[in-house]
Amino acid sequence: MAIYGARPAPPSTDKRWKVVDATMRKTGGSSRGLIETLHTVQEAFGFLDEEALRYVALSLHVPFSRVYGVATFYHFFTLKPGGRHTCVICLGTACYIKGAQHLLDAMRESLHIAPGETTADGEISLLTARCLGSCGLAPAVVYDQEVAGKVDTGSLHRHIEKWAHHDS
Amino acid sequence: MTPEELDDIARKEREAQRDIPQRVSVCVAAGCLSCQSDAVQGELAGEVARRGAGSRCQIKGVGCMGLCSEGPLVSTSTGHLYQHVSPADAGELLDSLEAEPIARLRCATDTPFFQRQRKIVLENSGVIDPERIEEYIAQDGYLALMRVLTEMTPQEVIAEITTSGLRGRGGAGYPTGLKWSTVAKAVGKQKFVICNADEGDPGAFMDRSVLESDPHRVLEGMLIAAYAVGASEGYIYVRAEYPLAIKRLKTAIRQAERLGLLGANICGTGFSLHIEIRLGAGAFVCGEETALIASIEGKRGTPRPRPPYPAMEGLFGQPTLINNVETYANVPPIVRNGGAWYAQIGTEKSKGTKVFALAGRVRNTGLVEVPMGITLREMVFEIGGGIPEGKEFKAVQTGGPSGGCLPPETLDMPVEYESLARAGSIMGSGGMIVMDESSCMVDVAKYFMDFCMTESCGKCVPCRVGTYQMHRILSAITDMSATDQDLKLLEELCDLVKHTSLCGLGQSAPNPVLSTLKYFLAEYKAHVHEQRCPAGVCSARILEGASV
Repeated sequence: MAIYGARPAPPSTDKRWKVVDATMRKTGGSSRGLIETLHTVQEAFGFLDEEALRYVALSLHVPFSRVYGVATFYHFFTLKPGGRHTCVICLGTACYIKGAQHLLDAMRESLHIAPGETTADGEISLLTARCLGSCGLAPAVVYDQEVAGKVDTGSLHRHIEKWAHHDS
Repeated sequence: MTPEELDDIARKEREAQRDIPQRVSVCVAAGCLSCQSDAVQGELAGEVARRGAGSRCQIKGVGCMGLCSEGPLVSTSTGHLYQHVSPADAGELLDSLEAEPIARLRCATDTPFFQRQRKIVLENSGVIDPERIEEYIAQDGYLALMRVLTEMTPQEVIAEITTSGLRGRGGAGYPTGLKWSTVAKAVGKQKFVICNADEGDPGAFMDRSVLESDPHRVLEGMLIAAYAVGASEGYIYVRAEYPLAIKRLKTAIRQAERLGLLGANICGTGFSLHIEIRLGAGAFVCGEETALIASIEGKRGTPRPRPPYPAMEGLFGQPTLINNVETYANVPPIVRNGGAWYAQIGTEKSKGTKVFALAGRVRNTGLVEVPMGITLREMVFEIGGGIPEGKEFKAVQTGGPSGGCLPPETLDMPVEYESLARAGSIMGSGGMIVMDESSCMVDVAKYFMDFCMTESCGKCVPCRVGTYQMHRILSAITDMSATDQDLKLLEELCDLVKHTSLCGLGQSAPNPVLSTLKYFLAEYKAHVHEQRCPAGVCSARILEGASV
């Protein structure tokens, strides 16, 4: 039950909560701004944990179940922290036709994780995308926010190895 | 802002451009950016600075030039287009402005890929710097808005759009003029315009390109629409996966507001429109208009039954106009040149041009804009340059997960809403994926069903359960463990899901299966009867290997 007038305190003194608060203020402090707020939280913290979801629910006077429902409905939101590096393999139609499934299979095999998971050492997250819109360069892969086109298993492995070497 | 002031900005910008004799334009849309075209632009700018040539040579970033597969693309004021340009080529490129063109990097533009196109939506793409409103204005930008606000009534605007014959470019092809007049007649205390930029079809990137290359065109289209229907608030619902498009849209909104072309009391006419951006969060179903509205309201993106249509009861229960990016992008040129001009282009029922994202197993991949009525053969073999590596053409897929796969015998069919629907596909938003003999059509159908199954929002049973069951059967076929009974059941399920689902996602989810069953039944039968995948994609390969 929302207590009107009482503004919940942020979960911590972390300055990033100020950014979250600003988004909530800008979108009217109501349930309308829920998705925008979750975008801001994820951008600031990298993922949405339960503490953040509860804080957003209280602040926007929305039941926790609805916040959780929205956060899990949309693929873009993640409730788990990602690895230090992310490798996103596009599985759009053009990429699929040009062998993106082989790229994904190769990564699953060499990293021993399924899409959506992070390696045990917290280094690399393997993700898939529905379509990056880089169809002209299929198959496409995003390494840490950077899109690479016409990827083959060789260049994929080289990139992953480069991450490992830089870290050691 | 008055018409004279707008004219003044345009004149000053044209003069400033004339004063600089040399210009090098680098494509900085997402396709070329992923080939590091920003580094090319940086190196060119650095080289110009080192040579102290800033006053006679301008380096600028422009939007998509179309031929994404050959990026990074660079065009020069000497009229040449260069492909696969690297930062190391910067010096040579600048030298070439006063000498012979660089043969090594030249990209021929007298080919069908460039010659067969007719650019209306993309007229400024690859020409103007998308981050400068002045360049848009110099290309007659916001002229249509100015004319609408000072010379036309809302009814006249709608009449012009109706005359043009423009139909919704999001896929369904609903007449735009009719939609506008419905919203205009609807009664509500406030009205909204929404731009659907939740381009979710895998294999489609037209809207992203328009937003990245010419964002002001979309804003101008929305402004004209808002004036015509009487809306005062607008939303652009754009995929969060398109950060560059979002950034350029934000810049464009800020610039238009600063010049008084957007916001309160636009050009002193008393007409106001505020536009806000809302980010999608990766749900394909949000491309459906009622789901999109729910998402803007901060809810899970689930559709609801229509009627009431959003034109009557849309965002926050108010009359709402929803159009797709490309639809809005067509509006300014229609107002500028007249609806009759637009109606001359295309076919009897499909007017104007359509932007397609050509991809897959075809030589030239990228973005093209062609007049409606062009044949699939011209698209694939002339503009697309045919199939590489000497392989055989097998199918072209249009309309994404809601569309179908069209076989060689349909190649001479004109590309228009009705003929594509008759053939079992749809126009869709403009993704066009070419497949050759190396693609298994059952596997492709399974791919799309996997997509629909995952993206089904779960609200209605036929779609939620039906897509799962169809995917299960398709998996059994590709695993070579299906029977004739399964094939029959698959057909029945297609019929059921198509006719009983709540929204477009479910209703069209069977299309990829139905079209492949219609044209490529032999492939299904080879899997079921002979445990063989003719394309060698499915696990038959392993079985065959084992049996040898």
